[in-house]
Amino acid sequence: MSWLIAPGFSTSAPVHVALVVGGVVAVITALVGVFTVVRGQSFAGHALSDIGTAGGSGAVLVGVPTLLGYVTMNLAAVGVMEVIGIRRPRGRDVATGIVLGASLGLASLFLYLDTTSTNASGATVNVLFGSIFTISGGTIPVVAGLGLVSVALIAVVYRPLLLSSVSDDLARAKGVAVRRVGLAFLASLAIAVSLSAITIGAILSTALLIGPAAAALKLTRRTGTAIGLAAVLGMAATWLGILLAYDSASWSNGGQGWPASFCIVLVVFVVYLVAAWASRFTGRRRDPAPGVPDPVAGGRTPVAAGNG
Amino acid sequence: MTGPTVPTTDDDGGRADGVVLEVDDVTVELGRRTVLDRVSFSVAAGSFTGLIGSNGAGKTTLLRAILGLVTTTAGRILLDGVDRSGRPRLNRLVGYVPQKIALEPDMPLRARDLVGLGIDGHRYGLVRPGAARRRAVDEMLEAVHATAFADARVGALSGGEQQRIMIAHALIGRPKLLLLDEPLANLDIASGQEVVDLLHGITSAHGVAVLLSAHDVNPLLPAMDHLVYLADGRAVSGTSEEVVRTEVLTDLYRHPVEVVRAAGRVLVVSGQGFDVSHGQGFDDPHGHGHDDPHAGPG
Repeated sequence: MSWLIAPGFSTSAPVHVALVVGGVVAVITALVGVFTVVRGQSFAGHALSDIGTAGGSGAVLVGVPTLLGYVTMNLAAVGVMEVIGIRRPRGRDVATGIVLGASLGLASLFLYLDTTSTNASGATVNVLFGSIFTISGGTIPVVAGLGLVSVALIAVVYRPLLLSSVSDDLARAKGVAVRRVGLAFLASLAIAVSLSAITIGAILSTALLIGPAAAALKLTRRTGTAIGLAAVLGMAATWLGILLAYDSASWSNGGQGWPASFCIVLVVFVVYLVAAWASRFTGRRRDPAPGVPDPVAGGRTPVAAGNG
Repeated sequence: MTGPTVPTTDDDGGRADGVVLEVDDVTVELGRRTVLDRVSFSVAAGSFTGLIGSNGAGKTTLLRAILGLVTTTAGRILLDGVDRSGRPRLNRLVGYVPQKIALEPDMPLRARDLVGLGIDGHRYGLVRPGAARRRAVDEMLEAVHATAFADARVGALSGGEQQRIMIAHALIGRPKLLLLDEPLANLDIASGQEVVDLLHGITSAHGVAVLLSAHDVNPLLPAMDHLVYLADGRAVSGTSEEVVRTEVLTDLYRHPVEVVRAAGRVLVVSGQGFDVSHGQGFDDPHGHGHDDPHAGPG
């Protein structure tokens, strides 16, 4: 068995914490990620992960936990995006981009100060690329609590969110407060991205958000199943990545393994490729039902030109 | 739900019983453009009303104003006798089939799930869907002849199939009024007739009033009780015999037009002998080679 699991894996306390935190985060990012992908807000998710860099590096500077920095910064960013127009279809990318640019500028200042005026020399790598094996056991309840908030937000708005993901107009026509629902989702996204950031780093955190969700969406037609499958894929990828990182230390002479973040992201990428390949065989295109005439779709020749 | 209601033929704007929608002197300005100019009409409970006009006449804006998605500059819109402004809840009385929705092909939603969201898509919180909900969805899918593709992803359906799912989504909430934005656009004559027959059948069985926008009056003639004719943001309403007349439409268009009735079809042509369709989006009646499109099945 030691060729598969290097000695000490099951008894190492940092590994235990990494597995628990990684597992919880994978489930939450999967749930939020499915909605991020179907709402076409992957860019907002990616932007939030970059914006979080400013929060994480700022937290190092003032000596508070990076998770607090991520969450504070990301929630603030969501608020600013909302105010400057993320709800308008075209304003969405512009608003996100503007907040993103400003935040990255801030992050460059904070990271500079972190490495020059404090003695947190590893801060840059920790914030940008994460360091799951250095998470303290005391973080677990915080992660679980934040995860619960994120999941609860989505659970409350689940059906209106789904409907507005199909079409904002369709949801508004049913009397849904589309803007409030969208904001609840963004808050949930901000928390999920923050949790992902402490696991695999601020820069990489979208990988865990988008990858397993996108892979699951290739394989199922049902929302609930997509969420469940994304959670399983995300958890498997995270745990496999942690194992790979742990094992990799025993492969080299110096005992220096590969970063866990790299291993997790690598597995996520492979999972996505396999899912994309497998989706070609799952019959996503429905075969026309034999013997059932399709009168409405039968001929769709446009009658009058220009009736858009 | 309401049982079959006898359509009120006398609908000159009063708060008479059986009026489900009243549009009262409504003006909508978007920017500096007057899109709707003092439009008034009403829709009787259970009746079928066509909203006819060429592209840019203001049909979509009018439907969106009824839904509260567009703010009116002046006038009132009453749903079931209640002023709709500031009351998004009144939308429960209305079902809406938008013209076209770009559905994500990867959207993890089956056709039946979208129909189900017509029942409770506005509700917060999680509930386990019960057997009654499933039964209602199955019945509605059957009513729109969508059972065959009920389990397919909505994003993978053809335009016509998606439209039937949207109709089911709108009707399953048991509205009193169903609004449809150009459901016949991009359908050929026979398919358009199928949609009208399907709608007419279901809505008259459930006593739901229909307000359907179209650029051509002809496919609606067999089903329509009333029509609202929009041109340049102004409207006239009444029966097709009252409205689709040379004097009335010349007045509305502020341009000489002639109404020609031939082979059971109504043609609106420019007074100078040009078909109004050129540049105004009317269904070109020539070149289809159809014979009596109004016989229709059923």
